[in-house]
Amino acid sequence: MAQKKIGKQTLQFSSVPAIASAASVVGPMEGQGPLGRHYDLVFEDALAGEKSWENAEQKMMQYSMEIALEKQSLLTSDLDFYLAGDLLNQIICANFTARFLNIPFLGLYGACSTMAEGLCVAGILLEGGFAERIGVSASSHHDTAERQFRFPTELGVQRPMTAQWTVTGSASCVVERINSSGVRLTHATIGKIIDMGISNAHDLGAAMAPAAMNTIKTHLEDLGRKVDDYDLIITGDLGLLGNNLLKELMKKEGYSTDKVSDCGILVYAPEQDTHSGGSGCGCSAVVLAAHLLKRLQAGTYQRVFFVGTGALLSQLSSFQGETIPCIAHGVVLESTGGGQ
Amino acid sequence: MHEEEIRQKIKQREELIAHQVLLEEQEMAKVQQELQKEHQKVLYWESRATGEEKENFTDLRREIERQQQRVAQPQQLVYQRIALKLAPKQTVVKNTIMAFLVGGAICTIGQVIKDFFLQGGLADQEAGAATSAILVFLGAFLTGIGYYDELGKVAGAGSLVPITGFANSIVSSAMEFKREGFLYGVGARLFTVAGPVLVYGTMVSILVGLIYYFLK
Amino acid sequence: MAMLLKAFLLGGFFCVIAQLLIDVTPFKITPAHILVGYVTSGVILSALGLYQPLIDWGGAGASVPLSGFGHSLAQGAIEGVRNKGLLGALGGGIEATAVGIAAAIVFGLIAATFFQPKG
Repeated sequence: MAQKKIGKQTLQFSSVPAIASAASVVGPMEGQGPLGRHYDLVFEDALAGEKSWENAEQKMMQYSMEIALEKQSLLTSDLDFYLAGDLLNQIICANFTARFLNIPFLGLYGACSTMAEGLCVAGILLEGGFAERIGVSASSHHDTAERQFRFPTELGVQRPMTAQWTVTGSASCVVERINSSGVRLTHATIGKIIDMGISNAHDLGAAMAPAAMNTIKTHLEDLGRKVDDYDLIITGDLGLLGNNLLKELMKKEGYSTDKVSDCGILVYAPEQDTHSGGSGCGCSAVVLAAHLLKRLQAGTYQRVFFVGTGALLSQLSSFQGETIPCIAHGVVLESTGGGQ
Repeated sequence: MHEEEIRQKIKQREELIAHQVLLEEQEMAKVQQELQKEHQKVLYWESRATGEEKENFTDLRREIERQQQRVAQPQQLVYQRIALKLAPKQTVVKNTIMAFLVGGAICTIGQVIKDFFLQGGLADQEAGAATSAILVFLGAFLTGIGYYDELGKVAGAGSLVPITGFANSIVSSAMEFKREGFLYGVGARLFTVAGPVLVYGTMVSILVGLIYYFLK
Repeated sequence: MAMLLKAFLLGGFFCVIAQLLIDVTPFKITPAHILVGYVTSGVILSALGLYQPLIDWGGAGASVPLSGFGHSLAQGAIEGVRNKGLLGALGGGIEATAVGIAAAIVFGLIAATFFQPKG
């Protein structure tokens, strides 16, 4: 009997690791979004002075890790492990960032759920006593994703209304085993792959909503909690349509939905014309670093369930007409400071 | 568990599948687990069997795999209906009007250019070819300065269907893959989007030529 | 002047059909489908003798859309058969459209050399 596992899929971190610091680096469009002034660094253009977008994305990931470390006056050598992932083939941004950091590295692929997946794995390593301090990063870039998954960026195509805009941005967290002032990581719920037979790669929110539903439901049942035990249940990048669908599914099961939100909706303003909102590994990562963790630190939120959602398709699978397998991983974040 | 038993169960399940029965979540989990168990068993038998017996097991395994795919379909369909209902509506009227205006405008520009060449004394066919070349140049130039994709966002098919859109598809691919080098990037990718157009256009035109040849 | 108006109307009409195919039909229709579809339908319509009347009426309104490219291909192939027989069926289409294709290749390379994609 696994002692630290509760119910079907939820892990309890009784040593309570904490996110000591976090930093976010984004592109210009995100900088103009509603969270604009909360990001640590906003690049003036999507190329950020590099010779390719892939390089720009890699630099964003590296810079976010460096800034997060500097906030605690740490060096990369203070980290025991580095966990990172992105959307590109063979997760090259993460690999190249790890080359720079020069510490033991585990590459992750959870598509847009990567940040949540990284926090789950970091929690396990810290709880198990295998590490004192771990760095976690996730990144995405609109142009690298467009050219890999869809069309050349200069092709004049019209995006359907269900389409989401891949966030150009990266965020990193430093997670520590012993820390009394950070945001505490108390539980993780590891998701299952859910596939509801949706195959339209321009409709990822609808594909991912059932996965988010499954993880949220399992989490609440595992811990015997209610939606009201959280100040916020926030999904990664379901976007407007996916968020509506998730609420519909939750209502059907009798859950209240007024505390359910989505990072893909928060990251852009409606007038930025992204259609269904933001997506990509960077989406939930930068909203976590720039918004959620700050609110938790300030005590505005006491307890948040952060559910990263990922659509695990490739361009090949999509051409071959395969449906989209989706996953959602959740972590419970609790405030140490503020009220209560 | 024996082969007969499994065949029996498959037959029972076929009822469920044929009637598109919508199972409760727990019921569903049970059925899926059963399927998995049977599949594993049959696969194992198959791996150890030979000759006719093996073929027999292969057929049985395929049957189970088909059921594995089909059994969740009713749930999926219910969800897809909800998703379709909540999906934001395409702005069809606006898109259509913009496509009409922009597409019409590009063709009008084409007519102006062609009239100019005709007045300059070119024959009709040469004037047509020269017009195409100029329009291709315009499409390429607007793509190069980063304007054509903005136009396409608003105009949709209005900027796709004219020959400028064909130029856009070639130039955007060429530019996009420049960073992968001029051989494997630009050279190899130039016709990523436009390639199929030439392949099938040429193919059908050859068929037309052949038919014409034999009918003549 | 009337010719310009006709070109506008016919060209716009071609684009509207494509837009409706993308937006209203339940199929996943991408730009590549539209481009290929237009060229091949242009070839077929032209071979059946239905495309020339459109060009006579609407001028550039029918020749600028990609179906006009298909029309050139088909007429080239037919012309090729008339002049060179079987060999013309193979080469005629490409010969008639060579200027457009070559222009696209040249401008593609030039643009790739001098411009950067802006995203």
